[in-house]
Amino acid sequence: MEKIIEVQNLSKKYKIGEKRERYYSFRDEIVKLVKKPVQLMRGQKINKRDFWALKDVSFSVKRGEVIGVIGRNGAGKTTLLKLLSKITYPTGGQAIIRGRVNSLLEVGTGFHPELKGRENIYLSGAILGMTKKEIDSKFDEIVEFSEIGEFLDTPVKRYSSGMYVRLAFAVAAHLEPEVLFVDEVLAVGDYKFQKKCLEKMGRVSQEGRTILFVSHNMASVSRLCNRSILLEKGKLIAEGPTPDIIEKYIGLREEVGSEVSWNFNEAPGDSTVKVKSVRILSDQNTPNYKLDINKDFFVEMTYWNFVEGSKLLPCIRLVNNEGVIIFTANNLPSVCLKQDDWYDRPSPKGLFCSTCKIPANLLKEGYYFVNIVIGNLAGLLDSYSHVYKDQVLSFEIIDKDGLHKEHHSTMIGVIQPKLDWKTEYQSGK
Amino acid sequence: MIEIKIKPNEGFLNIDLKELWRFRELFYFLSLRDIKVRYKQTSIGVIWAVLQPFLTMIIFSIFFGRVAGISVKEIPYPIFVYSGLLFWNYFSNSLSSASNSLVAEQNIIQKVYFPKIIIPLASTLVFFLDFVFSFIVFIGLMFYYHFFPTLTGILLIIPALIITFLSFSGLSLVFSSVNVKYRDVRYALPFFIQLLVFLTPVIYPASILGKHQWLLYLNPMSGVIETMRIGLLGVGTINWLAFGSSALLSILLFLLGLLYFKRSERFFADII
Repeated sequence: MEKIIEVQNLSKKYKIGEKRERYYSFRDEIVKLVKKPVQLMRGQKINKRDFWALKDVSFSVKRGEVIGVIGRNGAGKTTLLKLLSKITYPTGGQAIIRGRVNSLLEVGTGFHPELKGRENIYLSGAILGMTKKEIDSKFDEIVEFSEIGEFLDTPVKRYSSGMYVRLAFAVAAHLEPEVLFVDEVLAVGDYKFQKKCLEKMGRVSQEGRTILFVSHNMASVSRLCNRSILLEKGKLIAEGPTPDIIEKYIGLREEVGSEVSWNFNEAPGDSTVKVKSVRILSDQNTPNYKLDINKDFFVEMTYWNFVEGSKLLPCIRLVNNEGVIIFTANNLPSVCLKQDDWYDRPSPKGLFCSTCKIPANLLKEGYYFVNIVIGNLAGLLDSYSHVYKDQVLSFEIIDKDGLHKEHHSTMIGVIQPKLDWKTEYQSGK
Repeated sequence: MIEIKIKPNEGFLNIDLKELWRFRELFYFLSLRDIKVRYKQTSIGVIWAVLQPFLTMIIFSIFFGRVAGISVKEIPYPIFVYSGLLFWNYFSNSLSSASNSLVAEQNIIQKVYFPKIIIPLASTLVFFLDFVFSFIVFIGLMFYYHFFPTLTGILLIIPALIITFLSFSGLSLVFSSVNVKYRDVRYALPFFIQLLVFLTPVIYPASILGKHQWLLYLNPMSGVIETMRIGLLGVGTINWLAFGSSALLSILLFLLGLLYFKRSERFFADII
């Protein structure tokens, strides 16, 4: 198939400070002008460092593909989209795009608070590159999609933030370019509306439109994109099927894997407790970070106690890749199936290992991070803890063949428990 | 099919007119926004457009006409100064608004691509509207003082507007892009405009300078204001040389502005 986007050695250099400083003034320039010869005379190096936001990135996209762009913060994802949408210009390399382009780097670009919803639809549409005719013909659809109804003739400054986002996204969702660049814009709005937008975008891609999709949300990347590219420190380091790339991305995070252990000196903790290691186990003794949704798994924490008689409270938190804390678990008796032997018992000095079993069919498929906390029963009320460390590990819950046979996507909600259902036939009417 | 090439360097002065034409509706919507927003929360709305030059006329008449005693033969001072303010206000309001426009729209510039020249130009349409309203008042003043325009004067309105447009556009294209990098412009500009009003025959006739008048005509607005005053009030003879040099200067200013804008435009999103 025909290549619609071809990127060759695309690079973008910033001078350090260029992005950070708010603006220059003549005075600064004059100061620099005076300083420069003085610095040169003293043999000082003039402090000018180059920073490559993007370096020699090459890839191509075929017509109709939906490509995910993933990477950590500052990896160059947004710079790539800005270059491709001509907002800023490359320092080197080139890119060719064969088709009409729209980019969506922000929801509600160009909205004016004083104007009515109706007027903003036209304004924002025009800024995003739609013609008046296009907006006219889609106007009713946009209004319906946005669910703002009677507020159409109210200035948007009176909207709730939810309404504002919905209206803004409704305009954007009705763009009909051949190539669409989307930055992390779906991170806003409530879940139901996000889903609606994702579905709309999914439909758009079925119509043969090409999409480049930047997101931190691995769930939506894997739902939308067959292929992805991975950026790290301005370089393209991997390209391929989305599941593989997501795995590489997860692997890229230093804190990540099925187990982590620390040198004594670097171990998180204080003079009372230090954590030695944390592991995720798919059965009693096998570290694994790809976990079957239908099987129990274990989070194991090994730690030293240095103070004779302390009463420790080990605790884990699971966070999904949208940053939502799924739950907090510790060994307080009211939240344990059976009492932990070492709960509320003065601990001798030495090494301890606490394991928490997480039941099958609780978490839904996706990526999760483990946060660890070790508290002290004595300090429970003032919420003081010896150890507090986020995202020490990550794992993936895989639902290989269950739900997908029966349902077109994952279900709404943060967990997906297996529950009892019973339906009865009650009468003929 | 459209093919977009993204490369480090484009041609020296490469203005894509086709692209500008495609974005003409954006120009319209941005202008419309400015016009609507301007009158949205004012209680007397459009009257402001008329009140501003009218009150300035009264104040100038008192201070320059009476106190300073600038005398203009055959023309009462109020209508004399109003005829100058007519074009001057269009020029100066547009200049200051357009020069700040890029900074004001920095959010859009960083998020969406479109020919950026639309921003400063679209921000001035609202002042053209003001011009139209204050012109209506001018017609009223002409009836009141019994002045009748010459045919040449009427025919010259459009060329004079074009010269005014080219002058403030050229200047503001430079100022607005310098403003992106050096915010000093925002503070220096009102001062500059205040000085410029004294270097333009708004409150006094050019003849006051005698044989040094030509110095005044280095400012393209001088030719416009002098010529239109003579043409519309039908008093005196038009200095065609002055008008012609205004036209020429305004074209040069516009080209200079365009050139400078095109050269700096590519980096707006990086430094704004």
